[in-house]
Formats: sequence, C-alpha cells, structure tokens
Amino acid sequence: MADLLTLSNVSKAFGGVHAIDDFSLSLPEGAIQGLIGPNGAGKTTIFNTITGIYRADAGEIRFAGEDITAVQPHQAAQKGIARTFQNIRLFGNLSVLENVVIACNMHAGYHLADALLRLPAYRRAKAEAEEKARGFLEIVGLQDKAGERAASLPYGHQRKLEIARAMATGPRLLLLDEPAAGMNAEESRELVDFIFRLREQFAVTVLLIEHHMDVVTNLCERCTVLNFGRTLASGSMEEIRKNPEVVAAYLGGDEA
Amino acid sequence: MLNAFQEGVVVVVCVNLIAVLGMSVLTGFTRLFSFGNAGFMSIGAYTAAICSVQLRLPFPLAVLCGAAMAGFIAFLLGSLTIRLRGDYFLISCLGFGECVRVLFNYTKGLTGGANGYSGIPYRTTAAVAFFCAVLAFVIAWNFIHSKYGQSLSAIRENEVAAAANGIDVVRCKKMSFVFSAIYAGWAGGLYAHYLRHITPALFNLGKSSELIITTVLGGLGSLTGSVLGTLVVQLLPEFFRGLAEYRMLFYGIAVVLVILVRPAGLYGYREFSITGAVRFVRRLGKGDGQDG
Repeated sequence: MADLLTLSNVSKAFGGVHAIDDFSLSLPEGAIQGLIGPNGAGKTTIFNTITGIYRADAGEIRFAGEDITAVQPHQAAQKGIARTFQNIRLFGNLSVLENVVIACNMHAGYHLADALLRLPAYRRAKAEAEEKARGFLEIVGLQDKAGERAASLPYGHQRKLEIARAMATGPRLLLLDEPAAGMNAEESRELVDFIFRLREQFAVTVLLIEHHMDVVTNLCERCTVLNFGRTLASGSMEEIRKNPEVVAAYLGGDEA
Repeated sequence: MLNAFQEGVVVVVCVNLIAVLGMSVLTGFTRLFSFGNAGFMSIGAYTAAICSVQLRLPFPLAVLCGAAMAGFIAFLLGSLTIRLRGDYFLISCLGFGECVRVLFNYTKGLTGGANGYSGIPYRTTAAVAFFCAVLAFVIAWNFIHSKYGQSLSAIRENEVAAAANGIDVVRCKKMSFVFSAIYAGWAGGLYAHYLRHITPALFNLGKSSELIITTVLGGLGSLTGSVLGTLVVQLLPEFFRGLAEYRMLFYGIAVVLVILVRPAGLYGYREFSITGAVRFVRRLGKGDGQDG
C-alpha cells in the first residue's frame, strides 16, 4: 500500500527546546497507527506540525504525494486531514448540530450572493449540510442531543462530538489526540470498536496519540514511541512491548 | 401621516439600526471589537453627499457609492490590521476613526472642513429609511445563517478549531470587517440625506462607542437583540428629553449593569421567534414558573 502521510527528518524547536528532533514517520493508507510516549515527548507538536499550526523548522511532510510542509491549518483540513484536540475544542455556545454543520460547510457549494439573496442553491446546500450533519451525529449516537448547547454536554459526549465534527469534513486522514482520555475501561472498549467502524465505513487512515495502552494494543497495527522529540522505537505492537528502551522510558531508566 | 418629529425619530432609529447590525456581525458574531465604525459612517456619509451634490448621481446610487467606499477602505485597512490580536485590532480601529475625522476637518476644498458639508438634498424619508432597515436586516439574517456567518460564529467560539475545520480565519474576519463597514457606510449615506448638512464631528469616537454600547446592550450574537438594543438606546432619550444631556452617563451605567448582571446582553446568543414567544406566554399562563 502507498503511504498516505510521510514525515521525513522533521524538526521543530521552541527557543532552545527541541520539541521534535529529526522525526520521521510513514503511514500507509488505511492503517491505524499509534503515537505514544511520556508527557512532553512531542506527540501533540507532531500533530500541530502536520496540520499547519506550527511550521516545521526542517524536514518535509508529504500527504497523498503532495508537499504540505508549509500549509495553513484550514488548507490542511481542506486537503483531507482532520483532527481532534487533547483539550477538547468545541464551538461551546453553538448547538451540537451547528458544530457538525460547520464542518460539513467545507463542502457546501454555494456563493456569497446565493446566501445573501437566499437563492435555491443556498437553500438546497444548507438543507444537505444539515442532513449530512445529522447523519454524523447518528454515527456517534448524539442524534437526540442535536439542539443542545455543545458546552453543556457531558465530557464523554463532547469527545464523541469532536470526532463527529472531524469526520464531517470528509477526511482521508484522522488525527486523534488522546481520544480515550478520561474514559473508563468500558468506554475505552467502545471507542476501539467505534474507530474500527469508522475505518470500515469511511476508509479513513488513523494516527492516534494515546496513553491508555489497552486502547493502543487493541487498535493499532503499528506504533511509534517518542521520547524527548526523538523516535525511540517503531514497529508492530509486539516488537514495541519487547523493546528494552521503551520499557526504560516508561518505567524509569534504571530498570532496563 | 407622520409629523416631522415622528419622521425624524423613525429615520434616526432606522439609520442607527443599519450601523448597529453591521457592528453586531463584527462584534456579536465574530468577537472583533471596532471603535472605528463611526469613521466608516463618516466615509459613507461624505462619499454619498459628494456623489449626490457634485456628481449629481441619483440618491440610491450615491448611497451605494458611500457604502462601497466604506467597504473598500475597510478592505484596505483590514488587510493591514486584521491579523492583529483582539485588543491591538481595537486600538487600530480607534486610531483609524479619529484619523478620518481629522482628515475631513482639513480637506476644506472637498468636504468643507469643520464647518461641514451642506446642500445635500433631503431624500431619506421615514419610508426610505424603514425600507432600508428591513432590507439590511434580511440581508444580515441570510448572511449570518449561511456558511459564512456560521464560520464567523465558529471563529468567535474557537479560532484553532475553526481553522481545523477548514475555515480560513483571516479571510472570514476580513469579510466580517468589510461587511460591518459597508453597513456603516450605508447608514452614513442615508443619514447625510436626512440631515442635509454633515460635519466631521458627528462621527466622533462617541458615535463609535454608542454603536458598540448598543450592540453589547442588545445582546452579542443576536440580530434581533441588536434591533432591541437600538430601540432602547435611540428611543429612551426621546421619552426622557429633559435628561438628554446625561444620555452617555446612562449608557455607561447601563453597560456596566448589563455586563455584571447579564453578560450576554438583553437578548444574547438567541434570536426572537414568534413560536418561542407563544410558548413563553403559554408557560406564563399555566403559572409553572419552573423555567430554568
């Protein structure tokens, strides 16, 4: 399978701190891959660099054969990279449905004049976006909450809403930043099934940051371990678990 | 039908409503504060007046030119300042508004300087003003409920998430800024053709503040709230004529109270709807006051 996403020798420093240092990764189309490592290892920085929030100091990022090293965040989304955030970022004062409609709007085909004059093209596209959004709410089981304020949802539902919103942009690559944070074992198991279903239904490739090792083990074919912005190990889950350096990084240096 | 006083009240309310609707899109929906919108009103007023008097353009075309000129200047200014963070953007708008006022004071040949520009034909009747206000409301309503308006709300709620969902934040903010300037220019053009004589001092910082105060008072993120705010701010002084000198004092107190007691404004983050009102009245009728 061709690689959907490749990072080659990407570096990003903040002042003197090398958040990511000479980092490389290749993600085949259709894969579900994990990105793990201790706090501060640079995992979220990698997501931010891929989605254009940060600009890499060095190295190259390619997505579907195209150089996306210097894209703006909205361009990354338009090219087919969707993401969720470690600290959930919803449109809090808007309704649950509006949150997803806004993501669907990316593909709504009407112009400013259509909207200002309320022409048929606008009304049709608006109805379509709403219907599509309701479909995504159904997938995450929030169809009954469509009219509620997003910020008033319980934490678990907010996470689901964020994933629904990300999927509504129609991505080829989904970046999930700690989707299981704050979930209990039961909810984590549901999440694993849910992500498998997403891949089946939408043929989406997934890269996820996660601390719940059972989630990573159940979900990911391959995994990359980061420490201090560098790749510590990369391979199948089996290889990762047996790697002495990984064990040392997670459990403390002396025990290796 | 209406006497001169009533006609004047209707025109002033409608003209201000148009400017406030523009402000509402910028401040209420995008959360960008501009203390320079009186400057755009001024540009609209003078452009329309000059088009009308010097170029002898018909009234609708003159007002259109005023609105377009305000929008064009906002586009240029926005290209420079829209990337600034909230408070810096606010200051840059404030500076711009004052620049316009001072500039029009000095360009005696074109604008008549501090003495003002006179001889503008009287064209903005109550009917014209009312028609324009309704049109402005409908267009703003359509804009806010389209993908463009929803993008603005998304930016207000969370800029990073908005960008991650494919929204070009800079472009949308600029669009919102230009939209508000066009509305201010539209209002200014109408106002000039009502007053027949305009001076730069009409569009000072106090006017910009009044527009913001009206928007905040009426409710952020609500167009119907802006209508309510405009009615309150423009009509109350008419009822309390004797206290008109103190109106800025009362506005100030009202804003402090609103921010303390009802931060979203009188009618924030929701729109007035007939069905909602009927439901509310029914609930009152049943007497179960358990509404959260």
